[in-house]
Amino acid sequence: MSKVEVFRAHHFDDPEQQHAASWIGMWVFLATEVMFFGGMFAGYTVYRYWYAQAFASASNHLDVWLGAINTVVLIGSSFTMALAVYNAEAGRTKALIWFLLLTIVLGLVFLGIKFYEYHTKFAEHLVPGSSFKFEGPLARQAEIFFSFYFAMTGMHAVHMIIGIGLLTALIFQAKRSRFSGLYYTPVELTGLYWHFVDIVWIFLFPLLYLLGRHL
Amino acid sequence: MKSEPVVSIRTYALVFLTLLVFTALTTAIAFVDLGGGWNNVAALTIAVAKAVLVILYFMHVRYSDKLTWVFLGAGFFWLLILLGGIMEDVRTRPSLSPETASTAAQVHAR
Repeated sequence: MSKVEVFRAHHFDDPEQQHAASWIGMWVFLATEVMFFGGMFAGYTVYRYWYAQAFASASNHLDVWLGAINTVVLIGSSFTMALAVYNAEAGRTKALIWFLLLTIVLGLVFLGIKFYEYHTKFAEHLVPGSSFKFEGPLARQAEIFFSFYFAMTGMHAVHMIIGIGLLTALIFQAKRSRFSGLYYTPVELTGLYWHFVDIVWIFLFPLLYLLGRHL
Repeated sequence: MKSEPVVSIRTYALVFLTLLVFTALTTAIAFVDLGGGWNNVAALTIAVAKAVLVILYFMHVRYSDKLTWVFLGAGFFWLLILLGGIMEDVRTRPSLSPETASTAAQVHAR
């Protein structure tokens, strides 16, 4: 029995069909993820349309530079993830493990910066709730901006944490020689997930950090 | 299953560099007042361009079969319906706005 046979579930004709099913299944899941985040983006758009002025001034309380640095960090992690898949395709397990590790490290750097940002928001009383403080008559509307900020970046961060968990599992599997140039579907699909989370941030960065600077 | 990498390291590196340039560009533009809502247009155009690059190259969609394009397209098409439908309603019915609603309620109370 060849090594390829080992990783074929009995209800598939051949490894190609098995791979095609996993691949398209992941895309169906990502389409539902687009819908999931889409609801929040739609809510943001409506309130931004109604409260443009408040959203602009509230947005200026976010640190553009930390947002930009985190964008670079996350794009970098997508690059290392792409290289992990590249090495999986080539069957180079050692390089695969290193790039998975690097992706995790960059993911943790992103979360660290995010944690610092959240901390400053708590210190500045910009977290929605009873201790929320915002100068001017638009305080209530600014509070809504920060509700969206925490809901959207928070849900994004949860996705990152799940992604780091998946990457960790991949490293353990790779160490047990679970993957080869002939079978690396889990690496490929986790890559798709990681890139999706990157794309969500690519939109969150301008919408939350940049759009407020000039109406 | 393929045992050869789908995309070359050179292509990945070029996409990565382009994404970094776009990030710098969108951040820089945010500090310039283009006026007339053009800041929004610029920021979102760059975001879409970045997303397209990630999807086509990092996610291998450029080298994938038509079925992948169908599911990708379905996701974004439904997102468009969601955003387009809601915003069309919000834009054309000012009475939906909480501001208008509360003013109307006050007028009514008098």
